[in-house]
Amino acid sequence: MFDPYSQCATRRGLPKEKMSENGIMSRAKVLTIDTMNPTVKKVEYAVRGPIVQRAVELERELSEGMKKPFAEVIKANIGDAHAMGQQPITFFRQVLALCSYPELLSDSTFPEDAKSRACRILQSCGGNSMGAYSASQGIDSVRQDVARYIERRDGGVACDPDNIYLTTGASDGIVTMLKLLVCGEGTTRTGVMIPIPQYPLYSAALAELGAVQIDYFLNEEKCWSLDITELQRAVNEARQYCNPRALCIINPGNPTGQVQSRQCIEDVIRFAAKERLFLMADEVYQDNVYAEGCQFHSFKKVLFEMGPEYAETVELASFHSTSKCYMGECGFRGGYMEIINMDDEVKDQLTKLLSVRLCPPVPGQALMDLVVNPPQPGEPSYGSFIKERTATLSALAEKAKLTEQVLNTVQGISCNPVQGAMYSFPRITIPEKAVKEATEKGQQPDMFYCMKMLEETGICLVPGSGFGQKDGTYHFRMTILPPTDKLKILLNKVKEFHQRFTQQYS
Amino acid sequence: LKSQRLNGISHRGRVLTLDSMNPNVKRVEYAVRGPIVQRAVQIEKELKEGVKKPFTEVIKANIGDAHAMGQKPITFFRQVLALCSYPALLEDSKFPEDAKKRAQRILEACGGHSIGAYSTSQGIECIRQDVARYIEKRDGGIPSNPDNIYLSTGASDAIVTILKLLVCGEGRDRTGVMISIPQYPLYSAALADLGAVQINYYLDEDNCWSLNITELRRALNAAREHCNPRVLCIINPGNPTGQVQSRQCIEDVIRFAKEEHLFLMADEVYQDNVYAEGCQFHSFKKVLFEMGPEYSNTVEMASFHSTSKCYMGECGFRGGYMEVINLDPEVKAQLIKLVSVRLCPPVPGQALLDLVVNPPQPDEPSYATFMKERTAVLSTLAEKARLTEQIFNTVPGITCNPVQGAMYTFPGITLPQKAIDKAKELGLVPDMFYCMRLLEEDGICLVPGSGFGQREGTYHFRMTILPPTDKLKVVLQKIREFHLRFTQEFS
Repeated sequence: MFDPYSQCATRRGLPKEKMSENGIMSRAKVLTIDTMNPTVKKVEYAVRGPIVQRAVELERELSEGMKKPFAEVIKANIGDAHAMGQQPITFFRQVLALCSYPELLSDSTFPEDAKSRACRILQSCGGNSMGAYSASQGIDSVRQDVARYIERRDGGVACDPDNIYLTTGASDGIVTMLKLLVCGEGTTRTGVMIPIPQYPLYSAALAELGAVQIDYFLNEEKCWSLDITELQRAVNEARQYCNPRALCIINPGNPTGQVQSRQCIEDVIRFAAKERLFLMADEVYQDNVYAEGCQFHSFKKVLFEMGPEYAETVELASFHSTSKCYMGECGFRGGYMEIINMDDEVKDQLTKLLSVRLCPPVPGQALMDLVVNPPQPGEPSYGSFIKERTATLSALAEKAKLTEQVLNTVQGISCNPVQGAMYSFPRITIPEKAVKEATEKGQQPDMFYCMKMLEETGICLVPGSGFGQKDGTYHFRMTILPPTDKLKILLNKVKEFHQRFTQQYS
Repeated sequence: LKSQRLNGISHRGRVLTLDSMNPNVKRVEYAVRGPIVQRAVQIEKELKEGVKKPFTEVIKANIGDAHAMGQKPITFFRQVLALCSYPALLEDSKFPEDAKKRAQRILEACGGHSIGAYSTSQGIECIRQDVARYIEKRDGGIPSNPDNIYLSTGASDAIVTILKLLVCGEGRDRTGVMISIPQYPLYSAALADLGAVQINYYLDEDNCWSLNITELRRALNAAREHCNPRVLCIINPGNPTGQVQSRQCIEDVIRFAKEEHLFLMADEVYQDNVYAEGCQFHSFKKVLFEMGPEYSNTVEMASFHSTSKCYMGECGFRGGYMEVINLDPEVKAQLIKLVSVRLCPPVPGQALLDLVVNPPQPDEPSYATFMKERTAVLSTLAEKARLTEQIFNTVPGITCNPVQGAMYTFPGITLPQKAIDKAKELGLVPDMFYCMRLLEEDGICLVPGSGFGQREGTYHFRMTILPPTDKLKVVLQKIREFHLRFTQEFS
């Protein structure tokens, strides 16, 4: 008689047949939660996690006419400027339109500088079309423009276009670098240092790659600054159970918004050199600097200004993107990384790895070209460009100040200055009773808090637990992106909610 | 920690070296952009610098990039994309009403009405609905649930994502994935990167690259000794082989997948590229459902499509989607979580996909031009497919199966023993040696068959049929002459 549980080679690996209730033989699926990639299960990404899924559900309910204590859901969870009403830069969109449909080159409504940028981009594309694949490292002339941008930004410090890799957003470049770095087993498994709080792409990528996450805590009492003693503590401890090889830093910071001082950046470079760590500098918010006395210093520039002992040895990858700053073009998935002092053989491996995905999206590459090569004084579009750019950045600076100000008037909320980036990450005091109820429900206390806020006010934030925080502290991350008027209302609602919540659980 | 002093400056070994990098990445190969293409690019640079060569240009017939080879984009698509990029153009009377309508619909579905906003990670909802409707129309009414549609950054992205979900286990329990030989080397690259086990099943060159169930069975049984086979990948129409599988074959594959409990991955990016008489594209989804609930309720499947091929050729936009069937709901939740980390696929690519699945209809202003352009592209490809097969088969030592579909020819080449020996001396695989010679002598860049896989002792190359007809004729002539020369030289 046929034995379905036979262990012979032809049948090994097949799941056992199950008898269901109505007597029909059924099988487990091939792909189940138990038979899927275990590292994928460990991945979490709070920015689009459970609270956002609930927010989307609420939006649906609202559109179906269900009554709520609010008329709309405000998605202050994600750094998506256009979704919150920020306008694109006219010049950029003109050039992209010209690149998409080159017949428009004969249209007199487009300024000459837009046309000449578009022609230059199209000439570097296969068949003069954005629809052709580009080289896997990215369009040559765009990489040259990126190199020139970096040189200008960094006061003349040389940049080799061969070290520039265009990517599908900065996330793509970051994950690719982490992938290259991860090796070893057990106590030799690669460890990667990341700030707490961090942007959860890092923890997600490390989980997926099975690398070891090494947390170093930013100092909330000192405006989220970075202490070398804390870095040292973290790396020393980590050496007991893994092989620390990389140090990630986000400057300006996400979610914390701190803009690191030049001294701090030097100290970090010195630390990385001493401890033999590959430095990863996430600089996607480099134009988003608001606070007096704060300035963006690129890791590349500081590295080179520290002289050849560092400039010729420290391995560094810096990341930038078209998603933030004043452009906010998240949907285009444009980005680049600059790689310093990478071993030539590893570079070949990197090029090979990138080639499998063929190339980054060409519209994003074109957009990046415009970001690094914007209208110059004397060009027709210069006036409007500067006006639009200034308006966006100053509005953000205003909203950064407003946010810090209003949140600090709330008892139980403590907000560090939003020095840069696009978020506030205030600390919240959650009453013991609320912590208890949350724990009973199996929820993180700040998730419990944020879920309540969502249900009562329609405001969607991300709980601090999604980014990491010191044990026993709670935070939320809120973007400063809604238009100023709406932001004021939002901040007030958050204030009222907090007071209500604190009262309710006192 | 050793340090060396060079010029008085302390140098230490680098943190990241060949020995201290991810070992899986080292195993990855991707021939379509591999060493021969790197040499081709070098030669192009040399030509530009004025170095004298036996040819005036390098012809890159290595990659399925239609626009790079002169194919024109579909006017309507680019009009809508321009309108989406710069909505001020909605006031411009130059644009037809149907283009404006499509653009408005897409923009309304975007955050802040801008293609610069992130979309949901699964892709813009109304586009997924349009994709579902397209699938239903294509498949004679078989329902498609938009919830089963995931937009992606090209088809490659979705293929890698699904493979990633499927890989687990250690040693003898490690996930094994069946792939065709020859295959499109994304598959072997992804499996190497993921550390999964590659299980080769050979297509039958003597029978027009068709798929035999007996061969599938052989491969599977052999694989069960050393891994846990869980997935079966099929590319239809085929790359590099161009075969269009019969409906019967597709049924047999589905039956096999069910019997052997395999997750089916159907790469269908060339679904509009069908040229040969008597050949027709049958989607795996359609056949699955026509086989009745015993199959359609149980077989787990993912089908992939893209904006890069067919008549659009919009490779640079990185548009694509997958439809998943019978995926476990818990796994679906994991899938959504996984794709959320990368936020979303490029929105211009999503917009383009929307136009591909929702093109001008007979009553719309752009319909006639659209149909004219589409037909011109596809009929030209069909012509070039026939021409290629015809000319190659006049060359003694080249055997070319009919190019039934897709965009490539994968002819078998006979290499003289002396050439094989010479290749070995140089440390090259014989068909790489052949292709490198062709590149250096004629400036034609093809990809050696070894980059795709082939039966031991056989040699092939993959050439695209994308150059414009006149140029293609010249290329085919040159290859013929080269082959005769090469054979003579090593006789």
